[in-house]
Amino acid sequence: MAEDVTKTADVAVMPGGWAGVRGGVLQALQGSKGYYAALIISGLLLLAAVAAGLHAKYIGTMYAYGASREVPWGILISTYVFFVVTSTGLCLVSAIGHVFGVKDFMPIAKRAIFLSIMTIMAGFFVIAFEIENPFRMAIYNVISPNLTSNIWWMGTLYGAYMFFMAIEFTFLVLNKPKIATIIGFMGVVAGVAAHSNLGAVFGMLHGREFWYGPYMPIYFIASAMMSGAATIIFFTWLAYKANGQKMDAAMKRALEVTTKVGILLISVILFFTAWKFITGFVGGEAKTAALDMLLTGSYAFNFWVLEVAVGMVIPLALFILSKGQNLKLIVTASALMIFGIFFMRYDLVIVGQLVPVYYELGVNEYTQMLSYTPSAHEILIVMGGIGFVGLTFLLGEKIFNGHKSEIH
Amino acid sequence: MILNKIKIEGLKKEDPGIIPAMERRAFLKMGLLITGVFAGGSVLSATSIVEKAFASSGEFAEKYPYKPHYSMVIHQDRCIDCELCMTACVKTNNVPTYGYRTRVFERDDQKATERKREFIPVLCNQCNNPPCVLGCPTKATYKNPTNGIVMMESKKCIGCKTCMAACPYNARYFNEETSAVDKCDFCFNSRLSKGEKLTACAEACPAKCRVFGDLSDSGSEVYQAVHNLEKTVWVLRPDAGAKPNVFYMKG
Repeated sequence: MAEDVTKTADVAVMPGGWAGVRGGVLQALQGSKGYYAALIISGLLLLAAVAAGLHAKYIGTMYAYGASREVPWGILISTYVFFVVTSTGLCLVSAIGHVFGVKDFMPIAKRAIFLSIMTIMAGFFVIAFEIENPFRMAIYNVISPNLTSNIWWMGTLYGAYMFFMAIEFTFLVLNKPKIATIIGFMGVVAGVAAHSNLGAVFGMLHGREFWYGPYMPIYFIASAMMSGAATIIFFTWLAYKANGQKMDAAMKRALEVTTKVGILLISVILFFTAWKFITGFVGGEAKTAALDMLLTGSYAFNFWVLEVAVGMVIPLALFILSKGQNLKLIVTASALMIFGIFFMRYDLVIVGQLVPVYYELGVNEYTQMLSYTPSAHEILIVMGGIGFVGLTFLLGEKIFNGHKSEIH
Repeated sequence: MILNKIKIEGLKKEDPGIIPAMERRAFLKMGLLITGVFAGGSVLSATSIVEKAFASSGEFAEKYPYKPHYSMVIHQDRCIDCELCMTACVKTNNVPTYGYRTRVFERDDQKATERKREFIPVLCNQCNNPPCVLGCPTKATYKNPTNGIVMMESKKCIGCKTCMAACPYNARYFNEETSAVDKCDFCFNSRLSKGEKLTACAEACPAKCRVFGDLSDSGSEVYQAVHNLEKTVWVLRPDAGAKPNVFYMKG
């Protein structure tokens, strides 16, 4: 029996086709203790999230979640945003090589595409517990679409995006890179359209000053690239670490150029953030109040430490110091970025709602800023989303044999 | 008369009968424009209308888009915070204890010379440009094409809460029983569709603070109030650009 497994696993080392995948499945059964431990932890996180989500539905989300009438969107929405931004970013970074033909980027493409599918699924997993009636959604999104709704476009386009990415990945596994490239291009178009619509979900709310305007869709796309670069660097490193393999020159070069993408996009987002604040301070009282919360108020730690320092400035410095060569610095930078960006999304979604809509009316009921604290149910579901990415990443590395690329 | 002393060539003699009619028309138009501006979003006193009205779009008020165009005028200074409106609303529309469709805010002004506290009733503004309707993915919330009321079709509500985040007036809450967002519908389902003429809150108000009616009917009390140049009429959060149909005034 053990012999058989080894035999099949040997076949899997040879690249390509479903035979390799079959071998990979068997290979997944042979892993180090650390691999299994990570797999089990991820799986447990996922199960705990399902339990928490179902329990929340059972007792009513009003009781289970921290979200309220005044702050209807909580950490589940911001985590959804985090995952889909990451997914779009991975898709875009993978497309530089795989769709647009920049050779240096090709070694990271396959893993990036796989992770982009898994991160969007993690996003859908989290939002499934946020949406009160997913079954109604399945029906009425189709038979009663509202074409002025960005939520509708976002959902529909992300559906198309996930479909294209899955097909693209399948063709890559089947060793048909030409068709994969065409489908990949469609994936990019759907992804950009979907993602800018997600930005517009916030940007089109003309009653919410903090979000309203053309800034959000543009910011979201730039921000996605930033996330994508960080995520692919981190997971590529993790994969090699887990497999105990050494990177070849092409992969090292790929990480070096991805680092450059990281440097560029962090700079862009710093620039965007600076102007958001500078323009915001000449705005109305409500907008200024939101910005104050981030600069000096209750979200100042999140903003200065997590978003600015951990999410952008320190990684930028590390990326530059690494000269694209020092892997330790590069990986530390990308891990910090992923962590910081999670809070970037959180602040964006939450702070946008914390200024009461009647703040400027000056009524006694709304003299203070609102507050929101994630509940245990919500945090468990978020952890489950992370568990889902962990679980599928680990399985994917084995099943698809370390995403060894045939296209470079 | 000065006009008789100045001889300007080509100056036409006007029929005295025409002038008042024209003035009346201009006056009326000004009134309509005021409403347009209020609805579109500025708080103006009658004295500044000419300057400001023409700088803004008045087309909305030239012709009210709905028939009947339901609207509410809230005479803010008449509110005594008895909350009978809230009680009537809860009873009429089966509003659960954790939610509300209408409520009454308090606003204190310690520097005020006479009364130091005023009350501000709020409800769904049944906007003409409603952010909630724009954002709803499944048309679960929509403008009633006849009367302009922002309605809910609960069975289509997926519970994404975009409408709640979108509403500039915090007029929406999630109803656990129907598993759908709930909001004020000017008592359309509970009363108007059954032949009643008033909303429950307007009927319950002992101070005649809430006046409900058809803005497209020039004889209605709401029309008369909104088009009264002697009074200042305003809307809440004009900055949101939602073109609300709930107007506020004093006196």
